[in-house]
Amino acid sequence: MHHRYRWGRGIVLPLLTVVTSVACHKQSTPPGPATNITFVKPAGFPEPVYRLADNPVTNDGFALGKVLFYDGVLSRDGTISCASCHIQANAFTHHGHDVSHGIEDRLGTRNSPPIQNLAWSTTFFWDGGVHDLDLQPIAPIENPVEMDDKLNNVIGKLQRNNRYQQLFEKAFGSPGINSTRMLKALSQFMVMLVSADSRYDRFIAGKENFSETEKKGLALFEQRCASCHKPPLFTDNSFRNNGVAPRPFGTDSGRAKITLLEEDLYKFKVPSLRNVALTAPYMHDGRFGSLESVMNHYDNGFYPTASLDPVFKSGFTLSQDDKQALIAFLKTLSDKGFITDERFAPPPGFVQGD
Amino acid sequence: MKQNILLFSILTILASCSKDSTAPANDPNEKGVVVLEFDNRAGTDDLILNNQQYRNATGESLTISKFAYYVSNFRLITASGQVYTVPQDSSYLLISEDNKASGFHTLYNVPAGDYTQVKFMIGVDSARNTMDISKRPGVLDPAEGAADMYWSWNSGYIFAKLEGGSPASTDAQKLFRYHIGLYGGNFNNGPRTLNNTREVTLTIPNNGKAIVRRDRRAQIHFFADALKMLNGTTNVSVAVNPNVMAGPYSEKIADNYTQMFNIDHVHNE
Repeated sequence: MHHRYRWGRGIVLPLLTVVTSVACHKQSTPPGPATNITFVKPAGFPEPVYRLADNPVTNDGFALGKVLFYDGVLSRDGTISCASCHIQANAFTHHGHDVSHGIEDRLGTRNSPPIQNLAWSTTFFWDGGVHDLDLQPIAPIENPVEMDDKLNNVIGKLQRNNRYQQLFEKAFGSPGINSTRMLKALSQFMVMLVSADSRYDRFIAGKENFSETEKKGLALFEQRCASCHKPPLFTDNSFRNNGVAPRPFGTDSGRAKITLLEEDLYKFKVPSLRNVALTAPYMHDGRFGSLESVMNHYDNGFYPTASLDPVFKSGFTLSQDDKQALIAFLKTLSDKGFITDERFAPPPGFVQGD
Repeated sequence: MKQNILLFSILTILASCSKDSTAPANDPNEKGVVVLEFDNRAGTDDLILNNQQYRNATGESLTISKFAYYVSNFRLITASGQVYTVPQDSSYLLISEDNKASGFHTLYNVPAGDYTQVKFMIGVDSARNTMDISKRPGVLDPAEGAADMYWSWNSGYIFAKLEGGSPASTDAQKLFRYHIGLYGGNFNNGPRTLNNTREVTLTIPNNGKAIVRRDRRAQIHFFADALKMLNGTTNVSVAVNPNVMAGPYSEKIADNYTQMFNIDHVHNE
């Protein structure tokens, strides 16, 4: 799971790059060319929440953000990058891990969420403890079970790195590496991760046909699920207790951890369902390994606590047919273009761990 | 006559030496300098980190290894009630006992006047807590001054930090850690969270005043009593509550730190 990829340890890599390009008589300038990167609001999407006017996405800012995203330099021992737990092929989640392992294989307590459509997200993390995308990366960098470093130390490492000195100057027009610039560059990369071209989107646009089962699933979804998983983002950004049973040991109190309110006990952020078929396992602690298990949960599998969402309090059932139709529909939310988009792909030299 | 001139000269010299009888400030454009000095104390004594034993109001013996706090949003008030608000961008101070220089802050361009009170906030206001990262330089930068005074997982500043050790502590390492923050956010239009910012208004003792003039320099000497984080409306026990961070009990310590500051004296130079 350790990443061998690190951007330009000191000057070795940049030197190698020069040597290689001279030797090959060929211009190779990793990271990959970021041509004409612009943020485009998909048709039917609301206005973004992220203040793009304060941090307009540029080719060089995005390119820098991408290098940072894929670089283990953000962690204490260089082994963990953002991409360790946010893998493009899985809509930037850590597929197959109920909770992610960070530095030295330390385990967290929550399932890593997809990074997609963050420009519309009002809060971050399962408990919404962070309210600004620019501030989000500090949490995994400083979390002892994730990257276990300190932001000031990371900035120091970047400041001493020639390659980063060049990338920051290119991105921001003047020399200098500081927290604002680093966080803004990461935000530029992250807001570009827009998923809005699934089969569902094309069906809505009249460019695609749905099978009868998918159509039935869509109708059911609109009736039963869409009040919380509200299209087009498939979340209403609220915090709710969907009746996932608290663990007897190490109970995660969820939103209440932030608000300190009893009524928020066991509430977690309603996740977007875009690309849901690619992002197993499910729920805040990744307890369900399949969509079938998720459907079974929503078939009266709720653990009754005082804060259980009212919608589940008076019984909420799904028939076997309903479950199959819903799963068929949920699979239409997979966005192949998003998970294969070259612009978001790892830069050359990146080795993905397990 | 000669004698009168001599006497007059002596009086003039004396008057110019005795700086407390300065002419009132009349020129609305006259500006001066004020130095704020924060001196960290433990009860009646100077605060000595690590090695000095102290006792809290519940009788527990303890040592203090870290004492740091934000004070912000300074306002200087004259006897007649005129208020000078220090420009907000330069109104965030982080004072840490392990960095003596952090206790001194110079305010420039303070309108001339005779100030008798200082009002400020303990902590960092909600507006700054939610402001764009680019508006948080220096002591507010999580990669610089705030490196040790910022919660990344519940984003916001730690307003006051008191750490140390005590044989009475029930913590596994016999330590205590009080990290007090939370600024009353209300995201998603939800209910407001706990707000541990506190406003204090301090009066210069003995009818003193900070005399601000073009050619003078007033230094206001504050005391901050670290033990008062533990002693006050709630006497905090390191045995009962060795670690207090973003939880409901933090409010009690915030109430305590409201009483932590006083102005000891002013130098008018």
